[in-house]
Amino acid sequence: MKVSELAETEGFRAIALPEPGREIEGCYIGDLLSWVMGRAREGNAWVTIMSNINIAAVASLADVSCVILAEGVEPDAQVCETALAKGINLITAGLPAYEVAVKLSGMI
Amino acid sequence: MGESLAFHYEVDGGDFTSAGQASVKIKKNLRQLGVDAETIRRVSIAMYEGEINMVIHANGGNADVIVDDTGVTIILADKGPGIADTEKAMEEGYSTAPDNVRSLGFGAGMGLPNMKRYTDDMKIESVLGEGTTITMKVNF
Ligand SMILES: Nc1ncnc2c1ncn2[C@@H]1O[C@H](COP(=O)(O)OP(=O)(O)OP(=O)(O)O)[C@@H](O)[C@H]1O
Ligand SMILES: [Mg+2]
Repeated sequence: MKVSELAETEGFRAIALPEPGREIEGCYIGDLLSWVMGRAREGNAWVTIMSNINIAAVASLADVSCVILAEGVEPDAQVCETALAKGINLITAGLPAYEVAVKLSGMI
Repeated sequence: MGESLAFHYEVDGGDFTSAGQASVKIKKNLRQLGVDAETIRRVSIAMYEGEINMVIHANGGNADVIVDDTGVTIILADKGPGIADTEKAMEEGYSTAPDNVRSLGFGAGMGLPNMKRYTDDMKIESVLGEGTTITMKVNF
């Protein structure tokens, strides 16, 4: 499934979508950045409640297809701008991480 | 390639908002050189962890990246407090990160283990009170 399709799904909302055509391949859930860095796979959707600027570098270097902020978390102001500039898809979801993953698994 | 290419970056201490910039830049540089995606991923993840460690634990430092026929060498040198027990520091889960950076998602104690996992070779040289130099190599 493409990131743009996820962004249009009920419960999900795009915050920054510079690479809408990227394919979502699997999912990684985590808030500790070094775990994400070490374990997330290229193309994964990364589900987290972390919303500070450092998620941009992690998302970019781990090369995830998108970052999904769970629990309705909104990113810090600067994050949206950086995501657009760095080609990082950023989506917010009003659901807990588990429910985000369950929804994803039914769609990808 | 035939020859070697070197990149140098200065890493600011204490600035978490721009932390990771050198790694993002090296990713771009390696891509321009036509380095394969898997090598780029390994280099930039290992370098990011080292870069962040210099920001959090050592008040900044210098990063040098050398690309030659055999692979990519990353040298991270700081004049921070040094590491008392490098073996312990290498253990998964060991961290002395302060609370303010833990709240940003750092401090899992997985940075050094990631650096080891993503590189073919890693050497830590550290002197208490003088600083730390970490040399890593990712072979082509
Ligand atoms: N450049 C450095 N100078 C001084 N101490 C360091 C340096 N790099 C690492 N350390 C020490 O080694 C410990 C382990 O480092 P490691 O990167 O594995 O974990 P962390 O930085 O604490 O957390 P994480 O990387 O998971 O966010 C650190 O908590 C710190 O005590
Ligand atoms: Mg670290």
